[in-house]
Amino acid sequence: MNPLLEREKGLLELERRIDDLRSANEGQRIDMSAEIASLESKYRQLLAEVFGSLSPWEKVHMARHPRRPTTLDYIAGLDSFDELHGDRMFRDDPAIVGGFARLGGHSIVAIGQQRGRDMKENLARNFGMSTPEGYRKGERLALLAERFNLPLVTFVDTKGADPGILSEEHAQSEAIAASLEVFAALKVPTLAVVIGEGGSGGALALAIADRVLMLEHSVYSVASPEGCAAILWGDASKADEAAAHLKLTASDLRGFGIVDEIIPEPLGGAHRDAAGTVTRVLDRIGAILDLLEAYSLADLLAARYDKYRRLGSWRDAVAGSDGAT
Amino acid sequence: MPMADWLRGGRNREKMRDDAAQWVKCPSCGEVLYRPDLSANLDVCSRCSHHFRMHAHDRILSLVDGDFEEIARGVLPADPLAWSDKKSYPQKLAADAAKSGMDEAVLCGFGRIGGYDLALGVMDFHFRGGTMGSVVGERLTRLIEAATDRGLPCVIFTASGGARMEEGMLALMQMAKTTAAVVRLKASAQPFVTVLTDPTTGGVSASFAFQADIILAERNAMIGFAGRRVIEQTIRQRLPDRFQTAEFLLERGHIDGVLDRPNVKPTLERILGYARAGVQRRQRAELSA
Repeated sequence: MNPLLEREKGLLELERRIDDLRSANEGQRIDMSAEIASLESKYRQLLAEVFGSLSPWEKVHMARHPRRPTTLDYIAGLDSFDELHGDRMFRDDPAIVGGFARLGGHSIVAIGQQRGRDMKENLARNFGMSTPEGYRKGERLALLAERFNLPLVTFVDTKGADPGILSEEHAQSEAIAASLEVFAALKVPTLAVVIGEGGSGGALALAIADRVLMLEHSVYSVASPEGCAAILWGDASKADEAAAHLKLTASDLRGFGIVDEIIPEPLGGAHRDAAGTVTRVLDRIGAILDLLEAYSLADLLAARYDKYRRLGSWRDAVAGSDGAT
Repeated sequence: MPMADWLRGGRNREKMRDDAAQWVKCPSCGEVLYRPDLSANLDVCSRCSHHFRMHAHDRILSLVDGDFEEIARGVLPADPLAWSDKKSYPQKLAADAAKSGMDEAVLCGFGRIGGYDLALGVMDFHFRGGTMGSVVGERLTRLIEAATDRGLPCVIFTASGGARMEEGMLALMQMAKTTAAVVRLKASAQPFVTVLTDPTTGGVSASFAFQADIILAERNAMIGFAGRRVIEQTIRQRLPDRFQTAEFLLERGHIDGVLDRPNVKPTLERILGYARAGVQRRQRAELSA
């Protein structure tokens, strides 16, 4: 159970009362606007209390909020979308969706990780955890973008790659490794948006890009906090502690140079204005695609190489100075 | 640097004079082995052929003919997340350095194997479980770039538990960084070969380990993306013993071959020979064109 849902309950209750009062107030002789204003002020206060400053662990829950917009919500906001299926080898992994799309005058290829919005969809989509077939579909569609000389936009939202028996038997490592190779050198402009949870190599497989954007309350981490706590301390229940250590928030990652731009969310999270968030994200994507058109392919590829080449933090004992980042 | 001098600067062998440390029990068959004999046998049990995890210095010594010119040894770990749990990250690094004689989880440099010059990287599980942080990523990237620039084959021995948690996303990004370098190497004529040793998992298996032109593995090495424990917890059942072994991966078509340790060097020599023949053929074609 997501603890944010519990904390949102009081807010939703207040919202309902304000709405009730408003509709009761219309056409009434007694003016209740003073009561409404007072409730509204209480509401704003509560909203700031609940969501004003989120801890890293709370941001993880925000990123996993069941009502947070998912890849398909952004895809629904595109001007057109034609889905393309399958890895041409074994199956169509529903945890990754992709296809041709139009956005703000650009024809693009869009690919995203799709978690479920309820239990039924989560079961169908394996909680957004891709199998090797999903990564091979993504790789195929990325190469299709290159073949048709179209920019590539990816939406990142996964706890991580599927850790199951079949995924191992079908070479999960190879699938992710091959996807990284394709994204690192794809000969078209590329843009990735972390819209929810970016979990480990399974997220990175779709996230090497010329520009990486991240929604304010999304998280992006070397391992899920539960996984990290299990690896380091043999105790997944210490996930909140791990989340605090991992530096997985958008502002942390902007500081490291891993994320290029943070897209603000409404107070209380993207789901409190889902339509507005989708529009804002798609507008930014369109604007950045405009911007990337100004670069030659050679410049784009050189800049992409240099961006990842610089990432890391080390001491240089010979030069006596600290490494990049 | 002459091999003898390089080793002196490397692993501390003095500890081994301690009598108790002279005998090792094979975890597979229980045989008690005399350590100098074990070392002479490439850390392979003389009774059951169990492959012990090799230290990087010993591995290089067993592979390289003549000198080894180490690169990027000045690249040393920092503490970008100011990580501290039971111990601070710098304390963990210091403890592993004292225990393993390594200053990080990989050694990189130039050497010669059977007449072939090459760029060689060797990971060491004894330092932080071979995990990849910024130093492993930077040293390997410099190695791969140097191979590309100098026109040398690149061979990497992997041994890794994956990305290093204590460096967070900067560790994950080393997958992207090494990948970008591998793509450039593979656009050249030179071969990229990996030898997966026990264990090779997570962010290392899901990046350069499985990006090589030729992927070999040592006998019985554990190789996979997700760790065994994670999978067992997810599916709530015990996995078969052979799952994720080198032999299992060979059957499934994921790797080119499984080798006993004594066969690794001669096999590498032959592969480097095939690749050089291709390079020379290309050069001849360019000359006559």
